Amino acid sequence: MSVLVYIEHAEGSVKKTSLEAVSYGKALSDKLSFGEVVAVALGSISADELGKVGSAGASKVIHVNDNKLNEGIIQAHADAVAQVYNQVGAGTLVLAKSSLGDAVAARLAVKLNAALVSNVVELPDNTSGYKVKRSIYTGKAFAETVVTADHKILAVKKNAVDLKTDGTAAQVEEVTLSIADANFATKITSTDKATGEVLLPEADIVVSGGRGMKGPENWGMIEDLAKELGAATGCSKPVSDIGWRPHHEHVGQTGVKVAPTLYVAVGISGAIQHLAGVNSSKYIVVINKDPEAPFFKAADYGIVGDAFEILPKLTEAVKAQK
Amino acid sequence: MKILVCITHVPDTTSKIHFTDNNTKFDKNGVQFIIGPYDDYALARAVELKDQLGASLTVLNVGEAETEPTLRKALAIGADDAIRVNAFPKDSLFVANQIAAIAKENGYDLIMMGRESIDFNGGMVHGMVGELLGMPSVSPVMKLEVDGDIVKMAREIEGGKEYLEAKLPLIAGCQEPIAEWKIPNMRGIMSARTKPLQVVEASVDGVNTEVIAYQLPPAKGSVKLVDKDNVPELVRLLKNEAKVL
Ligand SMILES: Cc1cc2nc3c(=O)[nH]c(=O)nc-3n(C[C@H](O)[C@H](O)[C@H](O)COP(=O)(O)OP(=O)(O)OC[C@H]3O[C@@H](n4cnc5c(N)ncnc54)[C@H](O)[C@@H]3O)c2cc1C
Ligand SMILES: Nc1ncnc2c1ncn2[C@@H]1O[C@H](COP(=O)(O)O)[C@@H](O)[C@H]1O
Repeated sequence: MSVLVYIEHAEGSVKKTSLEAVSYGKALSDKLSFGEVVAVALGSISADELGKVGSAGASKVIHVNDNKLNEGIIQAHADAVAQVYNQVGAGTLVLAKSSLGDAVAARLAVKLNAALVSNVVELPDNTSGYKVKRSIYTGKAFAETVVTADHKILAVKKNAVDLKTDGTAAQVEEVTLSIADANFATKITSTDKATGEVLLPEADIVVSGGRGMKGPENWGMIEDLAKELGAATGCSKPVSDIGWRPHHEHVGQTGVKVAPTLYVAVGISGAIQHLAGVNSSKYIVVINKDPEAPFFKAADYGIVGDAFEILPKLTEAVKAQK
Repeated sequence: MKILVCITHVPDTTSKIHFTDNNTKFDKNGVQFIIGPYDDYALARAVELKDQLGASLTVLNVGEAETEPTLRKALAIGADDAIRVNAFPKDSLFVANQIAAIAKENGYDLIMMGRESIDFNGGMVHGMVGELLGMPSVSPVMKLEVDGDIVKMAREIEGGKEYLEAKLPLIAGCQEPIAEWKIPNMRGIMSARTKPLQVVEASVDGVNTEVIAYQLPPAKGSVKLVDKDNVPELVRLLKNEAKVL
C-alpha cells in the first residue's frame, strides 16, 4: 500500500511545508512498512522544483501539468487528487496543514471515505491499533486519536518531522486527467499578493510587532530586523485591526498560527489569544518595556526595555555576527 | 433566500485547558463557553445579509443540551430560529453528516461556518459538507457580498488575498474582517427566549476517529533575560545556545 503526498506550490515553487509532508510520508512508510511514497503535484511546476520533491523522500512524482490547476480551486484539486489516489492504490494521503490543504483534505475525506486527522504532530503509532497525536485547542493541548477507517488522511503540522533531503531523484510521470467543469464553479477573478516576501506560515523566523510599536511609520525597524534575519513579519490583532499592517500578518488564535524555530515579539503584551498562535515556536524572544508583560512567561529569552532603542542595536548585532 | 449558520460551543479563548478522569475528559470546571470566534464572524455577516436581502437566518449546532445557551445567544444576535442536533460531536465527519442531512431537508442557499473550530481546529467541516451536498465550499472568506445569485468573496491566501465569484448555493468558512462581532442588545435577548429552537436526533451514524487520551504540553522553563545595554549578548545566545541563527 503506497503513501500519496499532496504537493502545494506558490507560482511554481514547491512549498517547504509540502516538502516536510513528503519527508513525513517517507518516515511513515519506513516506520509502518508501507510501500512507495508517491507525490502528486498539480499545475505548472518546473523539473527543478519537482526534483526537490524526490530529494525530500518521494520515489515517484505524478505531475498533472494542467494550467487550469495552477490556482487552488478546491473542488478541482480534490477531484484530481482523488483520481490519482485511486490510480496508485494508495492507503494514506499526507499533506501539509494549510488553508488550501484543509479544504482539499476535507472534500477528499468524503470522496475516499477516509478518516481525516488534522494538526498531526508525530508519526503514527501502530503498536496496538493506529494512533495519531495531534495538536488541539490551538496548541494548548494534544489528543491521542485512534483511527479506525482503512483509508487515512493526515494533515501534518509544521515541524512534525524534520525535512530530510537526500538528493535522490524521483521518477516524474506526466499525467493527464479529465476534471469535470462543475469542479471549476468558483472562479478566481483576481489576486492581490505581496511578492518576494517570506511567507508567514512557512517562515523559520518571524519578527512580530504589537501596539507597543506605536504606529505603522515605525515598522521599518521591524522590517530591518526581519530582513537581516531572513524572517517573515507578523503582528498582533489590534495592529491589523487598526490597519497598521495587512490582515494576513495577524498572528494568534484568530489569525495565522505560526511554528517557526524563532519567534521575536516586540511590543506585544502576550495576551493568551496571541500566545495561542505562537505556542508551537521552538524559541521565543520577547522585547517589552514592561517587565510584568505576560509574554515573558512564555519566552525563552527576553530584553526588558524600549523597542525603539533595542531594535536598531539588535539589527546591528545580527549583521555583525554574520 | 435562506441562510444557515453553523456554530460551535467552545471554551472562551482565555480558558486554561485541563483534563480529568486520567486525561480522558475535558475538564469543564470553571470554563466559560462561547460561540466559536470564527462562527461569530460568520453569524455577524449573516445578520447583515439577512437585513440587506430580507433572508431568513437559521443557526445550527450539533451538540448536547448544554449548548442551548450558546444557540440562544445566536438568536439574540439576530438569527430567526435554531436547530440543535442532539448528539455529542464525535468527529468532524459525524458533524458534517448531520449538517448535510439538515441542509438536504431544508434547502439553504448559503451556508456560513467559521473557518475553524477553536477546540479541534480542523477547518474541515465546511469542505466535508460541501462534498456531501455537491456544493462549492470556500474558506477562509474575509469578505462576502451577495448580488442576485452570485456571491463575491475575498479569500485569505498566504501573503495576500484572492477574489472569487461563485453562484449560490455555496458554503463559506468565514474569518475576520468579514463583519464586526455583534453584541446582543436587550431587545434581542428578550426576543431570543421565544424564538423557536428545534431539537432533532442525529440521523447519520458512524465515526472514523476517536480520542482516547489528552495531553498538556510540557511546562516552559523560565525566561533568560539579557540586559538592555548588552544587546549583542542576545544574538550570541541565539547563535551558540539555541543554535537558531
Ligand atoms: C476572541 C478573541 C480573539 C483574539 N484573537 C487574537 C489574535 O489572534 N491575536 C492577537 O494578537 N490578539 C488577539 N486578541 C486580542 C488580545 O486579547 C490582545 O488584546 C492583543 O493581543 C493585544 O495586542 P498587543 O499586545 O499588540 O497590545 P497591548 O496589549 O496594548 O500591548 C502592548 C505592549 O507593548 C508594550 N510596549 C509599549 N511601548 C513599548 C516600547 N516602547 N517598547 C517595548 N514595549 C512597549 C507594552 O508594555 C505592552 O505590553 C483576541 C481577543 C479576543 C477576545
Ligand atoms: N458541532 C458543531 N455544530 C455545528 N457546527 C459545527 C460543529 N463543529 C464544527 N462546526 C462548523 O464547522 C466549522 C469548522 O469546524 P472544524 O472543521 O471543526 O474546524 C466551525 O467553525 C463551525 O462553523
